[in-house]
Amino acid sequence: MSFPWAKEYTPTTAFGQWMDEKLPIGRLVYNSLGAGYPTPRNLNYMWNFGSLAGIFLVVQIVTGIILAMHYAANADIAFDSVEHIMRDVNGGWMFRYAHANGASFFFIAIYMHIARGLYYGSYKAPREMLWLLGVVIYLLAMATAFMGYVLPWGQMSFWGAKVITGLFEAIPLVGKPIQELLLGGFAPDNAALNRFFSLHYLLPFVMAGVIILHIWALHIPGSNNPTGVNVKGKQDTVPFHPFYTAKDGWALGLFLIFFCLMMFFLPNALGHADNYIPANPLSTPAHIVPEWYFWPWYAILRAFTFDFLFIPAKLLGVLAMFSAILVWFFLPWLDTSPVRSGTYRPKMRIAFWILIVATIILFICGGAPAEEPYVMLSQVAGAYYFAYFLIILPLLSRIEKPLPLPNSITEAVTGKPLEKAS
Amino acid sequence: MATVDSGVETMDPSGSGNGEDEVRRRDFIHIAALSFAGAGAVATVFPLVNQMNPSADVLALASVEVDISAIERGQAIKTSWRKQPIFIRNLTDAEIEEANAVSADDLRDPESLADRTSDGKENWLITLGVCTHLGCVPLGAAQGEVKGEYGGYFCPCHGSHYDTAARIRKGPAPTNLEVPEHEFLTDTVVKIG
Repeated sequence: MSFPWAKEYTPTTAFGQWMDEKLPIGRLVYNSLGAGYPTPRNLNYMWNFGSLAGIFLVVQIVTGIILAMHYAANADIAFDSVEHIMRDVNGGWMFRYAHANGASFFFIAIYMHIARGLYYGSYKAPREMLWLLGVVIYLLAMATAFMGYVLPWGQMSFWGAKVITGLFEAIPLVGKPIQELLLGGFAPDNAALNRFFSLHYLLPFVMAGVIILHIWALHIPGSNNPTGVNVKGKQDTVPFHPFYTAKDGWALGLFLIFFCLMMFFLPNALGHADNYIPANPLSTPAHIVPEWYFWPWYAILRAFTFDFLFIPAKLLGVLAMFSAILVWFFLPWLDTSPVRSGTYRPKMRIAFWILIVATIILFICGGAPAEEPYVMLSQVAGAYYFAYFLIILPLLSRIEKPLPLPNSITEAVTGKPLEKAS
Repeated sequence: MATVDSGVETMDPSGSGNGEDEVRRRDFIHIAALSFAGAGAVATVFPLVNQMNPSADVLALASVEVDISAIERGQAIKTSWRKQPIFIRNLTDAEIEEANAVSADDLRDPESLADRTSDGKENWLITLGVCTHLGCVPLGAAQGEVKGEYGGYFCPCHGSHYDTAARIRKGPAPTNLEVPEHEFLTDTVVKIG
C-alpha cells in the first residue's frame, strides 16, 4: 500500500505514541486522508465528488437519525407524523428538507463521480475491484433512496412502492409470489411500510461499510488521475493533506452553498406536490414518476412497448432497466484498451460525450409522460446506451489509435521531464 | 510549484514573510477559513440538539383547566397535567389543623400549609403526584389507599411518608411534593400551569 516515499506517521505526543502501539487509528487516518497518502499532483475538480458523496452520506445519516426520532412507521399515522415533523418539532422542517434535498445532492455527487470514472478509465486495471465496489454502493443507494421515498406515505410514496414492487411481478411463474413476499400483502400497507423503514435505516450503514472497502481498494493502487498515466516518482505526487483536504474543503463549501440554496429557498422543487396528499390505494396520481435520479432508468423501463420473440414487453423493460446498471459490473473487461484516460482516446472521447447526451435524453424522457416523441427518443437513446458498453467500447479498444501518452504526470503538468534522481 | 512535496511552509512565493517566526499573510487565511468553518459547525450543531426539546404540540398541552366543584371536603382526585399525575385535595378542617400544628422550621423541607396553597383557598391542596425521591406515584389520593403515618400520602416504592400538606416527614424523599403553578379562575375552576 502506498508509495515508498509516503511520509511516515510519527506521533508527537506521549499519548499519541501510547495509542499508536495499542490502536493505530491515528496512523490509519494519517495514511488515508493525511500527509501519509501521496496523491497524483494533477487531480482536477472532477476528483472532488468522491469525498462530497461521502460527506453527503454523513449528512443523510445524521438528518435521518433525527427524523427517525420523530417519525412513526405506521400506515395510519406516518403521513401525520411527517406533518408533525414539519410543523411541531423544533427545526423539523429543516431536517426534513435537508434529508430530502440531501438525497438529491448525494446522487449529483455520485453521478459526477461515476461519469469521472467512465471518462478517465478509473475502472481499468488495477482498479477493477474499486469500480465493482462503487457499483455496489450505487445499487445500495438506489434501494435506500427508493425506500426512503415511501416513508412519508403520500400518494407518490404509495404508488412508487406499488410500481417498483410491481416490477418483480414481471418475473415468469414466481413473480406474483415474490411481489407479495416483498410487500407482505397484496398492496403496499403497514407491513411494507415497516420493513421499508427498517431497511431504510439499515442500508446506509451497509453502504458505509462498503465505502470503507471502496477506500481500502482505492489506497492499494492509489488514485487515478486525468492523464491515466501511473505515478512514476515522488514528483508526480503531493501529500493528500494539506493539498487535497484543502481542495475538497473548498469544493464542499461551494457544494453546500448550492445545497442551502435548494434546501432553504426551493425545498420542494425536486419533489412532487402529489406526495403532500395522503396515500390513497383507490386513486392513482395522473402523472406518476420517480425521483429525478431514477429518470434515465425509468425511461429504459418504459422504452419497451413491444414483445420480442416469446418475451413480453413488461419483462423486457424490467430486464433492460436492471441490465443498464448491471452492465457496469462487466465494464472493466469490456473496455480492453490499455489507455485509461479519454483525453488520449480521440474516438472513445466522442463516444463518451454521445453517451452523456443519450443519458440526458433518457433523463428527460424518464420525467416526461409515456407518450410520443418521448418513447421513441427513449428507444434510440437506450439503444445507444447499451451499444456504448457492449459494442462501441470493445470495438474501439481494438481499432482506435490513441494519442501519445505523456511520459509522466509531472511532464504532462510542467512540460519538463520527471527527474528520477530527486 | 517548485517544491511540490514539502508542504505549505515552502509554498509561499509571495515574499510576504520570510522567517519562521513572522506572521505570514497565509496564516490569516488559515485562521479566517477555520474560524468560519468552526462557527458554521457550531451553528449547525445547535438545531441538531434543539430538535430534542419538547415540540410545539407537547408545549401546547402545558396548562389544563380543572373543574373542582364535585370534590367534597376530605376527598381528593387525580388528574393529569403534562402527562404527569396531579393530586387535587379538598382538606378537612382537621387536616388543616394537623398541618398547621407542626412548626415548619423543624421539617426537612420547611414550608407551611399557607406557603403551599392559594390565599383564602387554604383547603385546596394541589400537588404533583410524583414522589420527589425517584418519581413514583404516591398512594393516598383515592378512597381506601394507604395515607402513610402522617395522614397525607405514602409512596410504596421506597417508603416516603407525606403529611396532610404533602410535606415530606419520613423516608428517603428530599423535598415536599411539588406544588405546580396554579390559579383559581372561578371558585370551582382551577387552571394548572
